[in-house]
Amino acid sequence: MNKITYNQFDREVHPPYLAPEYKSTILRAPTKPLIFLKQSLSELTGPVFGDFHLGEFDNDLTKNSIKNGEPLGERIVVHGKVMNENGQPIPNTLIEIWQANSCGRYVHKVDQHDAPLDPNFLGAGRCMTDKDGNYKFYTIKPGAYPWGNHYNAWRPNHIHFSLFGANITNRLVTQMYFPGDPLLQHDPIFLCLPPKGRDLLISKFDLGATEPNFALGYRFDFVLRGHNATPFEKI
Amino acid sequence: MENILNKDISSSPLGAVLQTPSQTVGPYFAYGLTPEQYLYDFKQLVGNQMLSPIEQEKAITIIGKVYDGNGDVIPDAMIEIWQNDGENQLFGRFGTGTDPQNRFIFSTIKPKSVDGQAPYLSVIIFMRGQLIHSYTRIYFSDETQLNTTDEVLKTVPAERKSTLIAKKKGINIFEFNINMQGENETVFFEI
Repeated sequence: MNKITYNQFDREVHPPYLAPEYKSTILRAPTKPLIFLKQSLSELTGPVFGDFHLGEFDNDLTKNSIKNGEPLGERIVVHGKVMNENGQPIPNTLIEIWQANSCGRYVHKVDQHDAPLDPNFLGAGRCMTDKDGNYKFYTIKPGAYPWGNHYNAWRPNHIHFSLFGANITNRLVTQMYFPGDPLLQHDPIFLCLPPKGRDLLISKFDLGATEPNFALGYRFDFVLRGHNATPFEKI
Repeated sequence: MENILNKDISSSPLGAVLQTPSQTVGPYFAYGLTPEQYLYDFKQLVGNQMLSPIEQEKAITIIGKVYDGNGDVIPDAMIEIWQNDGENQLFGRFGTGTDPQNRFIFSTIKPKSVDGQAPYLSVIIFMRGQLIHSYTRIYFSDETQLNTTDEVLKTVPAERKSTLIAKKKGINIFEFNINMQGENETVFFEI
């Protein structure tokens, strides 16, 4: 068997730790150089998720929190593929999802933005990729919301994701944005990305995935860190 | 052999598959990632009790705080512990927003030594103000001998080594504080 080493973060696309325009990084970013760690058993295996049983509507945020009616807003379907840098699909991996409602309000108790909560929308969900690495979920398009980073700061529409992949090196927490959002060019969290990384976080409108009379489709692929054994190598 | 690359990557030519960049977990992760801990009405997949009830007699408690560059306790971090010693493969997650002192608390099994390494837990730290997560490790203060010979700890500058070692505070209780910055900045790893 080949000894597999997983690639490091590609710093040409990932954001830095310290980005003073995003003020919260100033007191929270590590300041000393990272120490390179030779990968061993616990870096090369992932947690056992065998006990994870997803609920019937975990992958449908328009249904998983209904109290007395449908959530308000624009219904969308988001789909894509999870793969690694080697282009290999990652099957049966967990994707966790959270977002604001259509008015730009989070259910989180800390969020005090003066916009209405939706009694029928929690904004949390999860799904697993299928055997080919594909995933799909339904939700409501999240609204923009103000935040305190600087005067008149607004976050662009976005959905938060958490992915596990094959092992700890694959761990990814990120945000998916929407095409054509005018707030992107004013958002320090997005602009902290190196230019090469920015387009990678903008989903594509997908008419093919759009469901007639029901929901607009968006496509977003996730690429997790790959490894040094290519699919062409003989094992 | 089946050509996975051409079949599975839509619109990406060979060799142009870039990693999806990280973004911050933000301040509002709790109802999605740690919902039961924060009392939201959504099932939680994983929490801070990492072992099964029948293993409780072997349990250790890991307890600690996360500090920012001003020395203030961070109340909106999320900590994950991953461990695998070949025998027990465990995973836990806890936010620092529910304990009155904003501590993280985990109940798990102390891993055993693998291949002569000192036993350790892998840790991932997420929070608002981190655009990309940080990796560190928890070693144990009662492993004096192995902590001296461990190959990873040897690569850490001597004066920073103590930031990686949880202090035994009682029977089966270990304290591990994380300093994001400052004189005692925790060692973070590039994995």
